[in-house]
Amino acid sequence: MSRQQLAVQRARKSFQTGKTKPLESRIHQLRNLLRFVTERRKDIAEAVKKDLSKSEHGTELFETLGVEGEIKLAIEKLAEWAAPRPVEKSLLTVSDEVFVHPEPLGVVLIIGAWNYPWAVTLQPLVGAIAAGNAAVIKPSEVCCHSAKVMEELLPRYLDKDLYPVVTGGVPETQELLRQRFDHIFYTGSSTVGKLVMEAAARNLTPVTLELGGKSPCYIDKNCDITVACRRITWGKFVNCGQTCIAPDYVLCEPSIQSRVQEEIKNCIKEFYTDDPKTFEDYGRIINKRHFKRIMALMEGSTVVVGGDSDESQCYIAPTVLKNVTGESKVMKEEIFGPLLPIITVSGVDEAIQFINEREKPLVIYVFSNENKLIKRVIAETSSGALLANDCLVHFTVSSLPFGGVGHSGMGCYHGRYGFDQLSHMRSCLIKQLKMEGVNSMRYPPHTAKKLGWARFFLLKQINLGRLRRMMLLAMFVGVASFVVQSLYLIVLSHVPATYESFKCIKGTEVKESNSIVYQRWDQVIVLQVSKVPAMKLSG
Amino acid sequence: MESQSQVLERLRTAFESRVTIPEKFRRTQLTNLMSMIKDNEEQIVNALHKDLTKPKFEAILSEVEIVMNELHCALSNLTSWMQPEYVSKNLATKLDECFVRREPLGVVLIIGPWNYPMQLLIVPLIGAIAAGNCVVIKPSEVSAATDNLITELIPKYLSKDCYAVVRGGAKETQALLKNRFDHIFYTGSQAVARVVLQAAAVHLTPVTLELGGKCPCLIYGRVNATAAAHRLVWSKFFNAGQSCVAPDYVLCSKATCDALVPALRQVLEDFYGSDIQKSPDMSRIVTPKHWTRLMGLLNRTKGKVVVGGEHDEKDRYIAPTVVVDVAEDDALMEEEIFGPILPILTIESLEESIKLTKTKEKPLAFYVFSDESSVVKKVLENSSSGGFCSNDGIVHMALPGLPFGGVGNSGFGHYHGHWGFEAFSHQRAVMLRGWALEKLNALRYPPYSDEKLSWLRWTTSPKSCSIM
Repeated sequence: MSRQQLAVQRARKSFQTGKTKPLESRIHQLRNLLRFVTERRKDIAEAVKKDLSKSEHGTELFETLGVEGEIKLAIEKLAEWAAPRPVEKSLLTVSDEVFVHPEPLGVVLIIGAWNYPWAVTLQPLVGAIAAGNAAVIKPSEVCCHSAKVMEELLPRYLDKDLYPVVTGGVPETQELLRQRFDHIFYTGSSTVGKLVMEAAARNLTPVTLELGGKSPCYIDKNCDITVACRRITWGKFVNCGQTCIAPDYVLCEPSIQSRVQEEIKNCIKEFYTDDPKTFEDYGRIINKRHFKRIMALMEGSTVVVGGDSDESQCYIAPTVLKNVTGESKVMKEEIFGPLLPIITVSGVDEAIQFINEREKPLVIYVFSNENKLIKRVIAETSSGALLANDCLVHFTVSSLPFGGVGHSGMGCYHGRYGFDQLSHMRSCLIKQLKMEGVNSMRYPPHTAKKLGWARFFLLKQINLGRLRRMMLLAMFVGVASFVVQSLYLIVLSHVPATYESFKCIKGTEVKESNSIVYQRWDQVIVLQVSKVPAMKLSG
Repeated sequence: MESQSQVLERLRTAFESRVTIPEKFRRTQLTNLMSMIKDNEEQIVNALHKDLTKPKFEAILSEVEIVMNELHCALSNLTSWMQPEYVSKNLATKLDECFVRREPLGVVLIIGPWNYPMQLLIVPLIGAIAAGNCVVIKPSEVSAATDNLITELIPKYLSKDCYAVVRGGAKETQALLKNRFDHIFYTGSQAVARVVLQAAAVHLTPVTLELGGKCPCLIYGRVNATAAAHRLVWSKFFNAGQSCVAPDYVLCSKATCDALVPALRQVLEDFYGSDIQKSPDMSRIVTPKHWTRLMGLLNRTKGKVVVGGEHDEKDRYIAPTVVVDVAEDDALMEEEIFGPILPILTIESLEESIKLTKTKEKPLAFYVFSDESSVVKKVLENSSSGGFCSNDGIVHMALPGLPFGGVGNSGFGHYHGHWGFEAFSHQRAVMLRGWALEKLNALRYPPYSDEKLSWLRWTTSPKSCSIM
């Protein structure tokens, strides 16, 4: 039996003991994961430094802070997320229990990526643990130091059998994909995404694919270009552009192109100094293969900022390109590097057209002061997410689903979405064996009369909420009319009036010429003008 | 005759023209669909009778009324379903607008099965239309009369540019699957589901699979045998057992079995009379091939037939049949029966029964009959299935509030009511930031520092935060 088979088998056996069911045990594991991330901060930072030359602050900001937030949220909300969720009933199920019961799927495979090796591997793990699953964790072999640290240290904090870390390259991953899982969560490229989905198809395994794409960034000429360029520069060159939601390319009108170039140039200098190569908070390309790939993308475009590189260090300076068209090499694939092409368009119409001619990206960025323009871009394009007037930060809002559409992926996670994604929402109807008489309308022998009743009763939905509100309203109206009538009576008792005759109920005749006879329901009330309180004659 | 690719191109052009986006358009199409069902109820009933000898009552209830119910649900709720959902924010994003927008996926494919050829094609269609997609509809060729009717009616009532029916058998379906769709909704068998998934993987197309499985029915503890028998017979032999959520087999103790069998016999007579083949209320097996398959199972079983067993090949008729003394490795336990044969396995303890069900693939539905709530609770907590229903069968799928779908080999994804709308939508996260507070943003820009980090920790507080 291979190492991979063994790990999956142990995880499944462990899951089947039912130990992940109680919420306390899930919270216990989540707390341990939190301890891991906080206690091992230095080990994690060192590994990321070796893999991506990311500074310690950078790692905390962009990797572990996020994981910590997700864990704390899951711990706080788990009881709420895992509770049965009641749903609307029908007329015939009014006395039954009808709810959706979130349940674990079983053994989940999480395949991480190399660009944020901790964030994109551990954040899905939070959802998996919270939902009560076992999880086989496969960190990317490309970020080999992080993978090693994960393999060595994670088992010291988490249940070894339930959450094994399985390292390895392509053959090991393929072997893993031959095993049967209850869900596969993959973060990476669309090419490998297709292979993962194909492998999953063999076992009818559902998948979540967090892929990438070319995320466009449109700058409206009438916005605050200085602020826009600051935010774009930050979003682009974080992690040396190796971010699935980095603004891949900029679209803007020719009239502001020079200004945009200039502003970005200034921001690069401000953030990364004159010599980013020596600056601690500027990273490196993950490996030589990607270095060469990115360098080749510059072919055919003009470098206006940066452009310098050092293969021995896998260093590429923050670079801005112009004279780029839709056909340029840099537009043929997701850049995933520190090259920012600027493409000129005649306005938002052309920008929208340009975007729609391409695959749906993970995110679309639009910078504009005009709400109308932003709303147009929202309405006329499709993407995983849309962020106006900033970059990346939608990732920080746990209540927003994070995921793609089309070639940028399927499924989503973060916060409750992660829990739901890795749960099975089981429909439950708890009936009693009583009230059998009511069921008779559905049993054969079928008659036209039964059919009539069945049509009316069997499927009719009732909105219990609305029913309750209507009842409350009726009660309110009843009480209000009582109050109004009583007030009316009090007012009337002070108003002189005469009636010649009056209606009498239940036998008692009253002849008074200056009194008001008031009939309320089955009571007759006589009001004396002389301010004697109303007298009930009959009840 | 239009080729498949011409159909798809037409639908894609229509989708890109954004005609399906406005709520008014979707309402009109759903209303037209409602008219289609109302105006043609008789034809629908006749077609279903031709295909499955489906009794009028069953056709109305499970193919007409349930569809109308879903249409009412969609029309009543469409406005609220289409509304953006505003979400909670952290301190750093308090002044921003954050919401989730439901957007159509594009051109979707719905492949229907033959057992409830109207319901299982039209109910997903309702979700797809409500969500603003264009739809390619592929009815099952096995239920040929309904296939003909749907092909005739859909273009009469729905926009021809946005919704098209594509017909054919396995070959045509395989060709259809080579095209790129934005979602594929498939109801049917596991074998074909694998083919669908493989085809979808090529284009990274998300899929909803509504499959089947052997739905167990456990009967333990104190049980009102007569009431249980009524509901069991109704749900098992509805559509001659050809329901993905029919109770497939029963697990109970010997004593329960001994009480149950005469009750089942009596109920069958009450429902269908003494000569069931003459009753207008019993369906037939859909094709000779399936009839032969079922008879094969019956012939190979090592159990004892205690009720029914009669059959008529020409009529594609198999009597409601109960088989006892069935062992775990019996022919009747090999595959999903999907017919009017009810095996009863005698297992004394509830725990042993639960254990047995755990050795099998996760089914679409799980049933338990018991007057004791502790028994029901135990089964619920120690099993996994698409849906769960105690003390009745099938009816849980008639509630639009409940998500209808499988898990494991019984499928993934779900629909009905709001869930159908969500199945065919993309949940797009939208965040609209302002231009102010750029000073606050300075916390995140390089050069990084401990001080900046601690401020950031506070503003993007743990309640709703992860910062990248």
